[in-house]
Amino acid sequence: MREEIVIAGFGGQGIMFAGTLLAQGAMEEDLQVTFFPSYGAEMRGGTANCNLIISDEEIGSPVVINSSAALMLNQPSLDKFEKRMKGKGLLIINSSLVDREVERKDLEIIKIPATEMAERLGNVKVANMIALGAYLKKSRIISLESVIKSLPKVLGERKRDLLEVNQKALREGGGLIK
Amino acid sequence: MAKRLMMGNEAIGEGAIQAGCRFYAGYPITPQNELTAYMAKRMPEVNGVFIQSESELAAISMLYGASLVGARTMTSSSSPGISLMQEGISYMAGAELPCVIANIQRGGPGLGNISGAQGDYFQATRGGGHGDYRTLVLAPHSVQEMFHLTREAFDLADRYRSPVIILGDGVLGQMMEPMEIQPPKASLAKGGDPESRIQDPAKKDWILDGCQGREPRSIKSLILGENSLEKHNERLAEKYKEMEKEIRYEAVEIEDAQAILVAFGTSARICKEAMHRARKEGLKVGLIRPITLFPFPKEIILENAPRIKGYLTVEMNLGQMVEDVRLAVSGRCPVHFYGRPAGGFPEVEIIIEKIKEILG
Repeated sequence: MREEIVIAGFGGQGIMFAGTLLAQGAMEEDLQVTFFPSYGAEMRGGTANCNLIISDEEIGSPVVINSSAALMLNQPSLDKFEKRMKGKGLLIINSSLVDREVERKDLEIIKIPATEMAERLGNVKVANMIALGAYLKKSRIISLESVIKSLPKVLGERKRDLLEVNQKALREGGGLIK
Repeated sequence: MAKRLMMGNEAIGEGAIQAGCRFYAGYPITPQNELTAYMAKRMPEVNGVFIQSESELAAISMLYGASLVGARTMTSSSSPGISLMQEGISYMAGAELPCVIANIQRGGPGLGNISGAQGDYFQATRGGGHGDYRTLVLAPHSVQEMFHLTREAFDLADRYRSPVIILGDGVLGQMMEPMEIQPPKASLAKGGDPESRIQDPAKKDWILDGCQGREPRSIKSLILGENSLEKHNERLAEKYKEMEKEIRYEAVEIEDAQAILVAFGTSARICKEAMHRARKEGLKVGLIRPITLFPFPKEIILENAPRIKGYLTVEMNLGQMVEDVRLAVSGRCPVHFYGRPAGGFPEVEIIIEKIKEILG
């Protein structure tokens, strides 16, 4: 088993948070995992992305060249990463912020109005958790429960008040997948 | 021991704190900023000193001062910043002052880019600054190793009274993976428990801590007496020879290998993946991963040379460590090279192709 994931969106959409949380969840399930962020030259309000590799074998380079899964939280991210996906890859799209159709015909595509759903939950910032919840349920790479269990650790004491809304968002995202 | 998710840069910082490093000076540069930030946060918690210096040269010069009064000292930077420190590193090598310097390499030359690279191998292993000196160089290839090699680096620095370089790169610095904070094990260095030295730097019998009741000491790199500099250099050379006791490497599946990969750091991670995949295809390939780059593990490379079809050295540069491999092999088997410079990553598929070419 080996999954190479790219999570991307605007700075401020919780891209690094979603990636760190997924990495923590994979670690809790005793899988090998690496997390590698885009760094340095990125700006606030610009695009951010992170690479994860989850495997049951030792992981080489943590840098993802062609991903087997992609969580695209805005359109510039889709423009950049759609063409870099592996065939039959799983593409999760935040349809609230993406206007166009996907060009590739060889991908499994799930469109979710993540930003609108997050707004209904009272916090626009949890769109990342809705996308992640859907991804976890669909891919079954690790369980949604492991990720929910990891939430307090990754959120930390300071953001404890955001625990509930993040949990809810993960479950709502998961609930979209039958 | 519970695993935790940690970033490479921060693992270096925690390793230093656990080794008793209580003086850190540094100047920010990507991709190692998280290390400077980690030290800024942690040093006050352990009654240590953190200084954001006005320049890289100031940082290394501050280490010179703190080291000669007995502190365990550290600085960190990335390639262009390490170039700026070379004057101070040469002075510390000359004055025989211990310190640990982490170089989280980026692409060069000049300001280059901020991507991970391995272009500073020559600079790290050949001394780097002016004069006839070397420094110990440790090359971690995982977050776990960034932690424990840094911790050991302080023991080695004290043992040999020498700067020790941790040679990482932007990928290792920025990535997170699970690691364990193991309890400190017995010191590598002879001369006792490092913990006791942390408590009592006065156990270093060469530091400048006030000469009341004893003969004055001096620490300097300016040595003007007739023939005395030559003697000093010869003694330093003996010390570098003695460092060969510290040689370490990881050898994976080399027993029956007909082709052996040689790589360090991030390149070694990529090579491990290539090796495992090649083995599944039935290719007899192994890996030697130098962990000390100076001193270089030349014996193991020489030993295997006569019985294999060739070495393949893989680096994130245009061919630096490959020269040490060729020196070690001394013509006893072919030595091939595959490298990607300044931000490029060696590709697993190409490594496997090249292994096939060597095996014929």
